[in-house]
Amino acid sequence: MRVRSKIADAQQIARSITRLAHEIIEHNKGAANLCVIGIKTRGDFLAKRIAEKISEIEKVDIPLGTLDITLYRDDVRQKLKLPELKRTEVPFDITDRNVILVDDVLFTGRTIRSALDALIDIGRPNTIQLAVLVDRGHRELPISADYVGKNLPTAIKESVVVRLTEVDGSDEILLVEEDGTGN
Amino acid sequence: MAQGIKNLLGLRDLTSDEIVEILDTARSFREVLERPIKKVPTLQGTTVVNLFFESSTRTRISFELAERRLSADVVNFAASGSSVSKGETLKDTARNIEAMKTDVVVIRHSSTGAAHFLTRFLKSPVINAGDGINEHPTQGLLDMFTMREKFGDLKDLHVCIVGDIVHSRVARSNIFGLTKLGAKVAVCGPKTLIPDYLEQFDVKVFYDIDEAIQWADVLNVLRIQLEREAGGDFPSIREYRLYWGINRLRLEKAKKSIVIMHPGPINRGVELDADVADGNTSLILDQVTNGVAVRMAVLYLTGVKTS
Repeated sequence: MRVRSKIADAQQIARSITRLAHEIIEHNKGAANLCVIGIKTRGDFLAKRIAEKISEIEKVDIPLGTLDITLYRDDVRQKLKLPELKRTEVPFDITDRNVILVDDVLFTGRTIRSALDALIDIGRPNTIQLAVLVDRGHRELPISADYVGKNLPTAIKESVVVRLTEVDGSDEILLVEEDGTGN
Repeated sequence: MAQGIKNLLGLRDLTSDEIVEILDTARSFREVLERPIKKVPTLQGTTVVNLFFESSTRTRISFELAERRLSADVVNFAASGSSVSKGETLKDTARNIEAMKTDVVVIRHSSTGAAHFLTRFLKSPVINAGDGINEHPTQGLLDMFTMREKFGDLKDLHVCIVGDIVHSRVARSNIFGLTKLGAKVAVCGPKTLIPDYLEQFDVKVFYDIDEAIQWADVLNVLRIQLEREAGGDFPSIREYRLYWGINRLRLEKAKKSIVIMHPGPINRGVELDADVADGNTSLILDQVTNGVAVRMAVLYLTGVKTS
């Protein structure tokens, strides 16, 4: 993996999150009945930041959950090793709520497809809206994001790496060149 | 990344890391069981054969539910009414079923080593659901999972297995698994039902149940097979109950609360009194629930074919 350029730093990521939070509130005409669910492992940290930002702006608590989509993936058998199973933790009923699904990078759309299946198995939300920090294009399924931090057209051989303080020690978005190992 | 396992024959063959991986994976599946829709698509298109050559209610239903909740296709085989009664060998039966393009085999058999035997000629992963007096690894794992949920860590936990140790595959899987994760294991029962191989393991032996109760945090009480009375292993069921039966009075003498477990089916009023089995320190029904999650984890780790 070779870094080609740095797309965003901590401050730019923070601004994107603030804007995403405002757009979510605007589109939903407030924060009533909202909940935020992040896809492991980076989407859940972004989800937490977005939920906190919405809480701060609207002065209400936003239910926060995390989703592990391993069991719903369509590529489990194509991987070299079995993905490690993490836990889905959605400690509230999503039925009739407006769910903001959060992930770091939107690419083929297959992760989101799996996440939609996983969400529908735990309840029947009023709406599911998708928020991503980066949309890098190359969709393989008819899926699009409702809220996008940054549109970043990429070549298929490139890859976008989102680093977050909670797991990686710093906040940054990098455009990297693949060395063939996949992400 | 998870490593996965080829077969599950016994806890004797697993490393402590592999056991922890299964138990951690089972925790994710335990959450799936709490959902309104208790089913995930992970093993779609995978066919699992349950070969039960010995009667079973709990284990068979638990495996079948685990398979169905992972969206696998399930084929059930019971020895009675099959070509086994026409004299077909285990090897032929298993190979014929595999020739129909099945993917995973779960086997329960009264002969020790039956599951190992299948691995010699089957390509499919084999999961041992109990073989003779050797092992019942998924029971051992679900017992450990239940203790882990209750106590957090198994290290230095005092677990005493009570009853017919010598004929018990559950006892053996518990001993192999628990000692690998650092628990202190003891057994208690009549001398005729305590095996002599225990010297090879770091296992304490009690012949007096009251001493065992003083020592233990957990009593894993085994079923006394009523047919053993005739075999002369102990004089009578009544005498067994008098000396080794777990009742409230005995437990009250210990100054702490002791967790009660039992792999089922229970002989109420023999090895375990009804009020203790249903009491507030009993985890017997948790064991049954956890069994499904543990079996889902084992099926996930053996049944998902990666390239």
